[in-house]
Amino acid sequence: MTEIVSEASGHSKTKRRRRKTGGISHIVVFLAPAVLIYSIFSIYPLIESLRLSLFDGQSDGSSVWIGLGNYDRLLFDANWAVRFWNALWNNLILFFIHMIVQNPLGLLLAALLSLAPRFGGTYRTLIFVPTLLSVVIVGFVWELILSPLWGVAEGLMSGVGLGWLYAPWLGLESSALTAVSLISVWQYVGIPMMLIYAALLSVPDELLDAARVDGLSGWAIFWKVKLPLILPTLGIVAILTYIGNFTSAFDLIYSIQGVLGPPDYSTDIMGTLMFRTFFGQQTQIGDIYMGATVASMMFFIILIGVTIYLVGVQRRLTRYEM
Amino acid sequence: MSTVDTTRARRGRMGRIGTAAGVHAVLLGYTLIAIFPVLIVVMNSFKNRRGIFTEPLALPGPETFSAEGYATVLTEGNFLLYYGNSLIVTVVSLFLILLLGAMAAHALSEYRFKLNALLSIYMILGIMVPIRLGTVAILQLMVDLNLVNTLISLILVYTAQGLPIAVFILTEFMRTLSRDIKDCARVDGLSEYRIFFEVVVPLIRPVLATVAVFSMIPIWNDLWFPLILASSDATKTVTLGVQQFIGQYTVNWSAVLASLSIAILPVLVLYAIFSRQLISGITAGAVKG
Repeated sequence: MTEIVSEASGHSKTKRRRRKTGGISHIVVFLAPAVLIYSIFSIYPLIESLRLSLFDGQSDGSSVWIGLGNYDRLLFDANWAVRFWNALWNNLILFFIHMIVQNPLGLLLAALLSLAPRFGGTYRTLIFVPTLLSVVIVGFVWELILSPLWGVAEGLMSGVGLGWLYAPWLGLESSALTAVSLISVWQYVGIPMMLIYAALLSVPDELLDAARVDGLSGWAIFWKVKLPLILPTLGIVAILTYIGNFTSAFDLIYSIQGVLGPPDYSTDIMGTLMFRTFFGQQTQIGDIYMGATVASMMFFIILIGVTIYLVGVQRRLTRYEM
Repeated sequence: MSTVDTTRARRGRMGRIGTAAGVHAVLLGYTLIAIFPVLIVVMNSFKNRRGIFTEPLALPGPETFSAEGYATVLTEGNFLLYYGNSLIVTVVSLFLILLLGAMAAHALSEYRFKLNALLSIYMILGIMVPIRLGTVAILQLMVDLNLVNTLISLILVYTAQGLPIAVFILTEFMRTLSRDIKDCARVDGLSEYRIFFEVVVPLIRPVLATVAVFSMIPIWNDLWFPLILASSDATKTVTLGVQQFIGQYTVNWSAVLASLSIAILPVLVLYAIFSRQLISGITAGAVKG
């Protein structure tokens, strides 16, 4: 901001401009609609959710302040805590699988694309297709393909002699979460690929030429020159992955597995827990106060992740920037 | 000396061909993984029941070709209506995001006033905090405003959701615009509003297109808010419509595959038209970040 201000005040035409523009009514007109819609439908609901998490409903429909009582219940009441910690743990596994599969795969594809192979544009376009599809569609498509009823996956695997490895992964407690995570990786790998690809393209040519003159091989150039320079982008990819896990992962699990995270809650995540708590399901009536509490916990968990990123990761990364 | 050079050159060339083959093998392999599931669903949607089950990997032939799935979907499902709903919600939200976002970005990048820095930070907070976390209160708000089961509720939420990133990208870009051209317009006596609409908007048109394509995908594909705010039959979006249609027709495979294809194909057509814009948008954003 200071930069802009000093630039403007140093400008020879500033005086004339300020005299002409005079009042501030146009500034209000420009800003008010966006600020109002955003405040009413995004910021206010968030604050209201945080507030609701501190109340509990009465039988007459009114609400009563109970401080951190809901959080106490969520974290320590036997019935709630088991679901909460399970969902949080599953979310962390989901995040972990994305970090070790999706992001390295995105890096590999981006690195190969940055070599400017022939048909590079076509590969890039096609690999990005799954990202555009609705999660609902993606969920059903994979459910059909992995289904033992249709047998496409089993047939394909038998074709290459791996038929014995096939199992109805989505239905097994031991593999359902991994299967769902990998479907999500399949869908979203295009995003880290594109972001990293763009970062690789922005590495200055002079640096690469200098490295080549110094006799570094292509492999060494990648690890010692390019990778350190794109670390900030990898940091952004990591934090986007983290936030996405707590929001968009719901759609996929809801459409493949439903709201209970079956089998036996093995794919239950914070998003499904929040939905279930808020709206209820067969054996449980909806509770907006506990729903708000789960949402607020997600808010704090995201906040912790973003803070770690801003304080720890990003500050360390900027040292590499030029 | 020269022999060493030629062997090195030859080894280099051989190595390069080998590398190129490896690069293509990996990229082609992953491209197939990326599009195979889409292909197999679209392909089988044009087959009859027997064709779907006996030879799922074969193209529809004269014996297996059938459009019965599409017939079921078009007669049983209300997909034209759902498409209309999705289209209205997406187009109106995009229009509001772009117009209001550009206006706010213009104010933040052009004028010096108290609160400017604070408002800039306030507007981009929403990038880090997902709007879904406020769902409990959003639903209450919509009930109070009598907007449940209307498309307006979705439009308002998606506009609020899309504004932070739009304001962020547009502000960054508008700061790079030359001041002289706007000052000239002021000397000519144009009002601040005309300067915005007649001078600034034409200059930012390419970035507006980028923001539009970028904001469109999450709106068109969203399941959460249609499910919670507008699940009535008259206001269903296509994503929710497909989700519930499939829930009812799990045994009718040709109908399921056809409804999936109906949801996929328009997105692919749009992507084919706008892919360059989308990719340059992601690339531009990343370079800035």
